[in-house]
Amino acid sequence: MDLLPGIHDLIAEYCECIDEDRLEAWPELFADPCRYLVISRVNHEAGLRQGVMYAASRGMLLDRVFSIRRANIFEPHRYRHVIGPVRLKDTQNGVAVVHAHFLCARIMHDGTTTLFASGRYLDRIDVTATPFRFKERIVVLDSDKIDTLLAIPL
Amino acid sequence: MSEAVLTPEPRVAWPSNGISEVPFRLYTDPAQYQREQERIFKGPTWNYLCLAVELARPGDYVATTVGETAVIVVRDAAGAINAFVNRCAHRGNLLCIERAGNVREFSCIYHGWTYDLAGQLTGVAFEHGVKRQGGMPPEFRKEEHRLQRLRTAELGGLVFGTFSNAAPDLETYLGPDVTRGLLRVMNRTPVLLGRSTQAMPNNWKLYFENVKDTYHASILHLFLTTFRINRLSMPGGIYIDRQGGNHYSYAKLDYAAEDADYKAAALRADSEFQLQDRSVVESVDEYGDGVSVQILTIFPGMVLQQVRNTIAVRVIRPRGVDKAELEWIHLGFDTDDEAMTERRLRQGNLIGAAGYISMEDGCVGGFVQRALQYNDEGAGLVMMGGHEAESQSFRASEAAIRGFWKHYRSLMGE
Repeated sequence: MDLLPGIHDLIAEYCECIDEDRLEAWPELFADPCRYLVISRVNHEAGLRQGVMYAASRGMLLDRVFSIRRANIFEPHRYRHVIGPVRLKDTQNGVAVVHAHFLCARIMHDGTTTLFASGRYLDRIDVTATPFRFKERIVVLDSDKIDTLLAIPL
Repeated sequence: MSEAVLTPEPRVAWPSNGISEVPFRLYTDPAQYQREQERIFKGPTWNYLCLAVELARPGDYVATTVGETAVIVVRDAAGAINAFVNRCAHRGNLLCIERAGNVREFSCIYHGWTYDLAGQLTGVAFEHGVKRQGGMPPEFRKEEHRLQRLRTAELGGLVFGTFSNAAPDLETYLGPDVTRGLLRVMNRTPVLLGRSTQAMPNNWKLYFENVKDTYHASILHLFLTTFRINRLSMPGGIYIDRQGGNHYSYAKLDYAAEDADYKAAALRADSEFQLQDRSVVESVDEYGDGVSVQILTIFPGMVLQQVRNTIAVRVIRPRGVDKAELEWIHLGFDTDDEAMTERRLRQGNLIGAAGYISMEDGCVGGFVQRALQYNDEGAGLVMMGGHEAESQSFRASEAAIRGFWKHYRSLMGE
């Protein structure tokens, strides 16, 4: 079975949920439990585990979305993700190991657009049922410097 | 040249001798910013340099900054920690380019001058020339040249440095209360969990004041109230040192009441306002004293935080009059088991650049900075809880901010 179309769909849907402000649908793209971690390359390569955003369950992802919507205060902004080539590195026991790199622009409400983040997605994707779901998505940021704050997930 | 040309720009004018009205130009004036580098960061203050565990072996070094000044910290062969300016005595080149490493000596890439781990010049490439031509003049003495030294001190596994010979020893500088608060948190050997940096679009003082501001927390940071996490029965207080610039505030949490409240709330139908996954706040009383939040500051730029089971050092670094960088150094301890590490990592969502109860601090200083743009006449008010900078047994107060300005004015001669 060719897994790549389903993997591409999942990764594209992930970007759409975030960039088109359908954040409530974003947690559904993950298995439960899951692992979602945004971490700098320096920390990741040193074997350090502290990131800037971490969820170990779909509930933690839902709480993140609810907090962004109802509790946290920040200037309105959106992202635009651009994904590079998607590489299927391995498949074992119904889990596909997938790597892709990304750029993410941040568009502030006044129109100011900057390159906000670049990095790699290191994914472990459950391919035993459709649609596929992320068991793990590690967002490895090239830089360990974040401009102002990180509210919306990357 | 006329006398008028030689007259320096007038300093920022304070409306009174008090510390509860703060001129807005302090955040916008480039000349003020330059004076701060000399009088505060190079003045009689202690600045965080690194963790002692980063200098485990002789030759381990960390390159950092004090204010805007590049500094190296290194452990020498005798086990002492030395710090000096990261600037070759020859042509002023940066000696260390990497953030950290291990060396036998420091060698400048530009012309190969070498220094021992105490910062003493030990080698000059081609000192005696090539084929007896060139070389340094006969009166040149290597032993007369060294890297500019900082004094260092270590407390609770944290390494500090000062440019000043006039600064009192570190514990005297901190005062007994803040020393006790630091040692309460740093009571075991720290383990680095990770670090990150937040670029802040504001003057460094706006962030340091924010950390000392016990008034804003429940207003700006709505996470805890939105999710109805128990905030009742939280006695606390503020300790401020005699000079004013160092402080810690703390609050106690009734852990048992929070748990009971959660169990009762789980029976209610309004689950939207309950956390779906409570592990982000599920904490243990690891210090056994009921204190769930302790925020400690060391003038001019270090924060030590315990927010539930998250432990972090934050260092605010000035990067121009309207820019700063905040480094987050997340810590665990060598006694942590896997469950404790996982607990710290999950609660880590509360803090940092994406923190549920800290992300607003990344933008609010920028909002102030923008409002002050070419609009910086007048003064802001910090009068909550009075006009003094004394320790208090309540937290609806701006006393610790006033303490900052008390220390600041004395060092700036204003």
